Amino acid sequence: MAKEKEVQQLSEVTVRFAGDSGDGMQLTGSQFSDTTAFVGNDLNTLPDYPAEIRAPAGTIYGVSGFQLHFSSEDIHTPGDQPDVLVAMNPAALKKNLAEIKKNGIIIVNTDAFDLKNLKLAHYEKNPLEDGTLEGYTVFGVRISHLTENALEGTPLSPKEVARCKNFFALGLMYWLYNRPIQNTVDWIQQKFKKNPEFVDANTKALNAGFNYGEMTEAFTTRYDVVSARLPKGTYRNISGNEATAFGFLAASVQSGLPLFLGSYPITPATEILQYLSNFKNFGVKTFQAEDEIAGVTSAIGAAFAGNLAITTTSGPGLALKTEAIGLAVMTELPLVVINVQRGGPSTGLPTKTEQADLLQAVVGRNGESPVAVLAAKTPRDCFYMAIEASRIAIKYMTPVILLTDGYIANGTEPWRIPSVDSLPKIDVKFRTEKEGFYPYLRDDNLARPWAVPGTPDLEHRIGGLEKANIYGTVNYDPDNHNKMIHLRAEKIKNIENDIPELEVDGEQQGELLVLGWGGTYGAIKEAVIKARVAGIKVSQAHLQYVNPFPKNTGEVLKRFNKVLIPEINLGQLAKLIRSEYLVDVIQFNVVRGLPFRVSDILEKITETLGGKNGK
Amino acid sequence: MENNVEVKTVKLTAKDFASDQDVRWCPGCGDYSILAQVQRTFPEIINVPKEDVVWISGIGCSSRFPYYMDTYGFHGIHGRAPILATGVKLANPKLSVWVATGDGDLLSIGGNHFIHACRKNIDIKILLFNNRIYGLTKGQYSPTSEKGKVTKTSPYGSVDYPFNPTMLATGSEATFVARSIDRHTKHLQEMIKRVGAHKGTAFLEIYQNCNIFNDGAFSVLTEKETKDDNVLILEQGKPMVFGKDGNKGIKLDGFTPRVVDLTNGQYSVNDLWIHDEFEESYVRSAILSSFTETPGFPTPIGVFRQVLKPTYEQGLVAQIEDVKKKKGAGDLEKILFGGNTWEVN
Repeated sequence: MAKEKEVQQLSEVTVRFAGDSGDGMQLTGSQFSDTTAFVGNDLNTLPDYPAEIRAPAGTIYGVSGFQLHFSSEDIHTPGDQPDVLVAMNPAALKKNLAEIKKNGIIIVNTDAFDLKNLKLAHYEKNPLEDGTLEGYTVFGVRISHLTENALEGTPLSPKEVARCKNFFALGLMYWLYNRPIQNTVDWIQQKFKKNPEFVDANTKALNAGFNYGEMTEAFTTRYDVVSARLPKGTYRNISGNEATAFGFLAASVQSGLPLFLGSYPITPATEILQYLSNFKNFGVKTFQAEDEIAGVTSAIGAAFAGNLAITTTSGPGLALKTEAIGLAVMTELPLVVINVQRGGPSTGLPTKTEQADLLQAVVGRNGESPVAVLAAKTPRDCFYMAIEASRIAIKYMTPVILLTDGYIANGTEPWRIPSVDSLPKIDVKFRTEKEGFYPYLRDDNLARPWAVPGTPDLEHRIGGLEKANIYGTVNYDPDNHNKMIHLRAEKIKNIENDIPELEVDGEQQGELLVLGWGGTYGAIKEAVIKARVAGIKVSQAHLQYVNPFPKNTGEVLKRFNKVLIPEINLGQLAKLIRSEYLVDVIQFNVVRGLPFRVSDILEKITETLGGKNGK
Repeated sequence: MENNVEVKTVKLTAKDFASDQDVRWCPGCGDYSILAQVQRTFPEIINVPKEDVVWISGIGCSSRFPYYMDTYGFHGIHGRAPILATGVKLANPKLSVWVATGDGDLLSIGGNHFIHACRKNIDIKILLFNNRIYGLTKGQYSPTSEKGKVTKTSPYGSVDYPFNPTMLATGSEATFVARSIDRHTKHLQEMIKRVGAHKGTAFLEIYQNCNIFNDGAFSVLTEKETKDDNVLILEQGKPMVFGKDGNKGIKLDGFTPRVVDLTNGQYSVNDLWIHDEFEESYVRSAILSSFTETPGFPTPIGVFRQVLKPTYEQGLVAQIEDVKKKKGAGDLEKILFGGNTWEVN
């Protein structure tokens, strides 16, 4: 038995797993996340994978990564710079080294550092031997070899054995960060229950990795990150896409309306369709359509027929759905369009994150075509915003666009699960009375009646041509068109009376307000916290409603001398805020396909204040 | 099959299906006939309550159709009628969903939705008003215009080959494929009834005269002097005979159809192709479809093919019921609190 090893307490750690696309890094990372959540840390994750499914092994462009930030404190981002890199091959090292903290830990699979792989990674010399890694704590582990040893006598083929090595690495990381392996053992049993030999092999590899840490002399220290003080409750780890799917399922239950999803697979939104297709026993109808246009148009048909109708997509898909969303505006039908934003323009960066579809969502249609636009700020917030988007769509008989992004869609965080009783009910009023019925009558919210096919005596026609106010017949009268244009705009604007006011975190007035929207919430929040620790006075406000804006937005902005808007685009919210409120905001725009680095926002805050510390 | 039949105390008439809107097609347009035949046949074929009927359209002259029917209606966007109809049908499978569309709408901008509706066998009824011209944009060639068509956008003649709509529907395995002509009112009524009775994607191509931009496109099939020699009326179980006094017939040699003369003693009706619309294989429907492109062949009208297979929405509903049985009705609390959870005290 090796001597008892020292356990060092840390408050937070950022780990990045990196390897070939086929190395199972996403799985390794998500297993580590689940276990870490289970032991009670707060956490935040950033899967970062290439658009190619299995790029040639050993290449830099084939490297898949999974970053995980966990802490004994409340945290909001996946971490700027990893403390630890697990690199399964030279390409993974090459691609990630620059981002690892100086003095950080690097664990490499030395078996993969052969001439062929070094060449594929464009290393002329072996970086493990030429001083490249000077200043880092490097652990060279023969992960492939040790996995083979552990699986001696297995009926698996050599190729299958090689694929177990990620579990060895995971076991080693569990040992290093003092986490139990049991969660993953249970998961393996569930996942491979039809293949006992895989259960056996993967469990052995996992154990071997764990024991290797315990036995080998190389590792002298283990680390521990104690549980975070989270509010009391039942928790699960959840991604934004999963939360979005749950949110619409909940909206269906809370409204009593069957859920219809018309969708076409597109990265990074596909998972929502996948999750919802599991919920058939809730009566959920998922329709995998022939294209993006069919996805949204089938949903419009389903809305006409009385379902809670939604469509999921990402940027290029939203562009294709544009004309149909205009039809839903004109016919005033409830529809929710979910856009999981990714890097653009065109096909852009399909697996990366961005916030550059804001203007597309708010104004990107022909004609005066107002829709409500909401934006979720964290993975778990997707759940609540999905319910809220459904509520607004139904109450106001309007399309609603819900913006999330690749980062919060794929990223995970612990979620205190709400009881169903605590969720809001969604009122639905189908029109059934014949007396006084007209298709474009308006209620107090300016919403028209929802009279669905199958309702006796309310037969009527709707469509994309301009309609006479109240009567709903085709109408080309100039004054009627003017009236309808204004009514549709007013209806959307009125939603401001029915949504929460914009809250300011920190001083309610002063020198600097940092204003953000959507998925940048965590990075801005952490930067603001760090700034305050450094003695800087700065406040934060974050928009989850971008059309209409919360009613008090203009008034909030005027309480600060400076307003800084960090966005992962070239200033789309800044444009809207300037034109709406005539406030000369300061922009901060970095569009790298990745979430903001906290340090970058912090630096911008400092720069904006010009050494005045906001006082 | 679910039983949607409700006994109506008042028998509906054609008038019950006419809305209060003035019909705004050009005087003399073939669309008037189609509307009249639909309204005449509907009281007979609609075996669901009137409020369960929905008419859906895209863009074009034909797509104004829903405004003139006193049923639920949705005038959609260009090319999207079949998929809009699909959404309506899936949301509420008991509805009787009809699509009115044109050659540009269905076969040009909407081609993808058309073939996928056929492939999925969604129970929607598609009436294609084929006038071989763009009418609402005032006279440009369409995807069914004959090659060499001189129009405003093809002053030297179009260079593209036309689509063959029944061939396309057949190749997409539509379970019902038929053709009729606006001026053959009795035949058209018969075909609309057949469409109404079919369960699954039903496709009816209707040759429709645009008297403004493509007048006379089908006159050889409608004028007294020429129609007998140029129209082949398909009848179930009957030999394919056409021509004045039934003097010609179609013989099938393997996969090759031939027009034969029945008056010179060489062939009799016993040698002819016997039409079987219920044949599982779509090969013969394709051969029939090819007639319009083959010189010397008559244009078939009638039911090319009708086969029955479970519809998409039946499959969808059955799957939902099946999963409910296996898993029990959905419990949101269970889903939210499922997976890997942990307690914080």
